[in-house]
Amino acid sequence: MRRVVVTGLGVIAPNGHGLVEFENALRNSVSGIRFIEKLAELKFGCQVGGIPQNVDGLLPNYFSEEELFAMNEGMVYTGIASIDAWKDAGFSVPERNGNEVNWDAGCIVGVGLGGMDTISEKLIPKISEGKVRRMGSTMVEQCMTSGITAKLSGLLALGNQVSTNSSACNTGTEAIIESVDRIKYGLADRMLAGGSEGSSPFTWGGFDGMKVLSAVFNDKPQEASRPMSQSAAGFVPGSGCGILLLESLESAEKRGARIYAEILGTSLNCGGHRNGGSMTAPNPDSVQNCIKDALKKANITGDQVDAINGHLTATMADPIEVNNWSKGLNRSPENFPYINSTKSLIGHCLGAAGSIESVACVLQLHKGFVHKSLNCHDLHDEIKPFEKSVVQETKDVDIKILAKASFGFGDVNGCIIYKKWE
Amino acid sequence: MQEKEVFDKIVGIIGPFAKNKESLNNVTNDSNILKDFEVNSSRLVDIILALEDEFDIEISDEEAEKIETIGDATNLIKNKI
Repeated sequence: MRRVVVTGLGVIAPNGHGLVEFENALRNSVSGIRFIEKLAELKFGCQVGGIPQNVDGLLPNYFSEEELFAMNEGMVYTGIASIDAWKDAGFSVPERNGNEVNWDAGCIVGVGLGGMDTISEKLIPKISEGKVRRMGSTMVEQCMTSGITAKLSGLLALGNQVSTNSSACNTGTEAIIESVDRIKYGLADRMLAGGSEGSSPFTWGGFDGMKVLSAVFNDKPQEASRPMSQSAAGFVPGSGCGILLLESLESAEKRGARIYAEILGTSLNCGGHRNGGSMTAPNPDSVQNCIKDALKKANITGDQVDAINGHLTATMADPIEVNNWSKGLNRSPENFPYINSTKSLIGHCLGAAGSIESVACVLQLHKGFVHKSLNCHDLHDEIKPFEKSVVQETKDVDIKILAKASFGFGDVNGCIIYKKWE
Repeated sequence: MQEKEVFDKIVGIIGPFAKNKESLNNVTNDSNILKDFEVNSSRLVDIILALEDEFDIEISDEEAEKIETIGDATNLIKNKI
């Protein structure tokens, strides 16, 4: 089986677009969480969220007027992060009217709740008013779940597998894992992989209705997302897209590409809604098995892991997760690796979470630092034994192996072991 | 409304849908909407809707199907306003 490496990164996040801005935001604890007037108007409990800024100004650099006519928020984020990752890996963007197809390159980019802005602002109102025939031609391509990758294939002339996956908040991580497998088994040479999520209140509303969003820090947006904190009060919704350009080592070496990291091992599983697991809670056994399985596939032991980038959303599940990491890696609190939560800076970007956070993982490995986990100075009582491992200040440290996990509604789990390329 | 004004408004509406922007510099009544401007055929629906709104008219599916050139559109609209 072939080895798989990361040769390109692209990100559009609530706290920055592009690698320079995003790394700067990670290093300097720049929060992307802001007060969202629209959520207040709609009487949401949670009135803060993470939305990429100044996107309109970027659009002419990426898309034509004709293309934008049929693109919604999720498609725009996917396009920007993917084109950035493609170029970062050293490839040029093909002419739109050319005839060359990249048969060896594909994409798997997932979404939690796709096309919600189009569905809520156009599809449902028009049909409800009896104006189906005045909807125009662009509804299907924007509302179909695969719309984000269907559009992407045209932007970059991708000719290998082009599809959209969905596994709730595990989506972005799952997309990376499925893409790794495709390259590993020789079915593609390179894959754009990640997740994308828009910021429609209709996407976020369901979570507010469940009362799992933070509703008590509306006047202090940057303090609202507080994973691992005793005063955590639910997650803060976010949006954006993170993309990894994955490539076979063989292909990367052949073209002399810059390699950021290798993906040593991955695992996907589900807890089957048993043994404490449910639609919304993880079966601890399955989480631990997922971590152990990723280690096994990476052919390493838990004591070789230098840092963890957790799922860590700022709910009651955080202490359970830390305990699962301890058991999965077989590392006691005294001997625990660094742990941080990128969600403390950008909120929970749902289907995009795992991949935006994976961009953060690869940057931390490549540049040799671990970023501060914001707003957890008042550590949760059950996490206090791990206090010295929680990254309370950004520090330069030469980490070699980083474990990333995501968990999602449906009791689904994903874990990736990244290794710095040296 | 003068024919020239109708013509210009039609070209203005089609412009954003044209993939071949250079073709917009030399538009005649014979310019073919799909072939010369390289408009995606599915977007003809959106162009018809925009023309209906701009000129406050209704264009039936049968009428729309007959529009191939700028001249076809100009003639149809000229007779409806």
